[in-house]
Amino acid sequence: MPETRIERVALATPPRIARRVRGLSDRAIAWLFVAPTIFLLLAVNIFPLIWTIRLSFTDFRANRPNAEASWVGLRNYERILTDGDVWMTMQATAHFLFWTLFLQVLLGFALAWLINAKFRGSNFWTTIIVLPMMLSPAVVGNFWTLLYQPQIGLFNNIVGYVTGADPTGFSMIGDVNLAPWSIVIVDTWMWTPFVMLICLAGLRSIPESIYEAAECDRASPWRQFWTITVPMVLPFLMLAVLFRGIENFKMFDLVVQLTGGGPGSVTTLTSIDLKREAFEKWRTGYSSAYAIILFVTVFGLASIYVKALNKVKER
Amino acid sequence: MKTTRILPPAAIAAAAFLSAAEARADDLTLCWAAWDPANALIELSKDFEAKSGHKMSFEFVPWPNFADRMLNELNSGGQLCDLMIGDSQWIGLGAEAGHYVKLNEFFDANGISMDDFIPATVTGYSEWPKGTPNYWALPAFGDVVGWTYRKDWFGRPELQAEFREKYGRDLAPPATLAELKDIAEFFQGREIDGKTVYGAAIYTERGSEGITMGVTNVLYNYGFKYGNPENPYELDGFVNSPGAVEGLEFYKALYDCCTAPGSSDWYMSENIDAYKSGQVALQMNFAFIWPGVNADPNVGGDRSGYFPNPAGPAGHFAQLGGQGISVVSYSDSQDAALEYIKWFAQPEVQSRWWELGGYSALRAVVEDPGFATSQPYAQTFLDSMAIVKDFWAEPSYASLLLPMQERIHNYVIAGQGTAQEALDKLVEDWTEVFEDEGKL
Repeated sequence: MPETRIERVALATPPRIARRVRGLSDRAIAWLFVAPTIFLLLAVNIFPLIWTIRLSFTDFRANRPNAEASWVGLRNYERILTDGDVWMTMQATAHFLFWTLFLQVLLGFALAWLINAKFRGSNFWTTIIVLPMMLSPAVVGNFWTLLYQPQIGLFNNIVGYVTGADPTGFSMIGDVNLAPWSIVIVDTWMWTPFVMLICLAGLRSIPESIYEAAECDRASPWRQFWTITVPMVLPFLMLAVLFRGIENFKMFDLVVQLTGGGPGSVTTLTSIDLKREAFEKWRTGYSSAYAIILFVTVFGLASIYVKALNKVKER
Repeated sequence: MKTTRILPPAAIAAAAFLSAAEARADDLTLCWAAWDPANALIELSKDFEAKSGHKMSFEFVPWPNFADRMLNELNSGGQLCDLMIGDSQWIGLGAEAGHYVKLNEFFDANGISMDDFIPATVTGYSEWPKGTPNYWALPAFGDVVGWTYRKDWFGRPELQAEFREKYGRDLAPPATLAELKDIAEFFQGREIDGKTVYGAAIYTERGSEGITMGVTNVLYNYGFKYGNPENPYELDGFVNSPGAVEGLEFYKALYDCCTAPGSSDWYMSENIDAYKSGQVALQMNFAFIWPGVNADPNVGGDRSGYFPNPAGPAGHFAQLGGQGISVVSYSDSQDAALEYIKWFAQPEVQSRWWELGGYSALRAVVEDPGFATSQPYAQTFLDSMAIVKDFWAEPSYASLLLPMQERIHNYVIAGQGTAQEALDKLVEDWTEVFEDEGKL
């Protein structure tokens, strides 16, 4: 009678398969199991990446597959890095990234702090607060276009009511100075709940005993906040920043729906610009180089960030 | 006995007929933009289904995504569409990239003559290269940018008097762009029936082709040319000529002085909404909207009038819209698709097309003595079609359109830089495109 599960599995294995497997080493069996995953990874991630790198050195156009592509060396990279318009989109992306992350962390943490206080109806308010992140970005973009409408939009009318300004006197998505803020506001409205949920998980993971010990040591609430709460929630916050940072670097749908990249190009983020180059102008070689530059940027920044995150966790 | 002898051959004949009919019946998909004329085409095509036995399906995509979606479909060799009513500017790409079937032989074999269609539509929708008898589409829907105005507001005695006092002429449809701006300024911010109204709804859209389709109506009339008439790819001094710069400044001035707040990203549907809701006195839009305006309970009938794009100091042109119908070369049902085109080209079908709200390009229809008075906008349509000019129809159309959208929007809406800088940069962008194409 077999005693262990391994023995039972060995006995249950059909002799034909058992004979075949018996000749394989543990390492070979391990490779056998991971091979499909590796194959899939190579086919879906690595091969396209290598192919994109190759295309980035050519003038290939995907809408003319039969035309011969010429090798252009580093010309695509040179054109991108010296193009003032590309740097404008980089600036627009940096503005969007910085302010959305800053506001979402600030508001998300504040909301989590409030919700964690466990007041009456806190569960109900949590549900209400997380509703925006459940909506489709295209829907959010569409209805914020209406909210920003100078004549009938709720946003303009509220601003007008509070400040006394004429609601029709400014256009959030039509004014070159306000449009970059209009997309920051909408993204913050939509994704602050996500940061709040992660912060809430962090706050609830702090053992109550630490606060009790701090109180015994007569630590003030302010000191408890800075020496217990913030350090212990920091890894969670940094994780939220990583997720939102990567997502917002790729931001496309919400902004396209809201401003179409305008007015002019002030809200044309790199992903929008890349899409236009790749699938509207069909400059596949050029856009491959553009994609590689963005990939290296995100990968580099994310690697540095993850190292910092690990250090914070180790502390 | 007799019956049994007769029945089997009859049954065989019937079976053969049915199977033959079944073999001929195809499922055809026609791709076009999602707009009012598309609904009219569904109605019109029922006749084709009844006569041919083929089944028609339709794939309609909203205008802002139409080019993106359909050009991707064509570029990927997709078989979604058997028939494509593609925009006039796609004809170069459709022909050179092999997306469309060349129709010359088919036209010759079926007695379809391009002389029977409005010349501007043949050049605009069918020919590639332009000016040569190489046809890739049948003119399907004539369209052009024109203007709609609130005839009832124009007719008010108190407004007439005030306008006459201020400008020294009657408040009437403008003959020049300068007059149009005067009228727009006159209405801007005015209280009418207790509501604040604005001057004009013009094209300002950034994402697809909107602002380009709008600004060209002014640029052409101020002297803008796509290139040297002797050498079409020589752009400097034509695209950014002093006249073109002045025209661009005019469009910005019109946007700044006389449009509704929040109209920084408006195209066809937004302009229609603004006009129908009584927000603006004037509306720039393609002629396809006129049947809908005429039938509208709020602004239709005598309350609206129509006029062609006004002249400028250097000419009188209007931006061509409209499309031709092509057979997609990747279709498995090309014969049935050609059958559809043959049916569609018939004069009686074209007459019905006009009745249903489709703008026929067949001369027999538009030159009929009763045509000009058949609808309140028919004469304006004819006048407008006589002054059309179109954007580039090169295979690199999309690459040429995108920088124009960007440069014009940057200047007109975002107010960045000067008109001269915007057009100079446009010359640089277009030169780069033609260099990439090997045409320079």
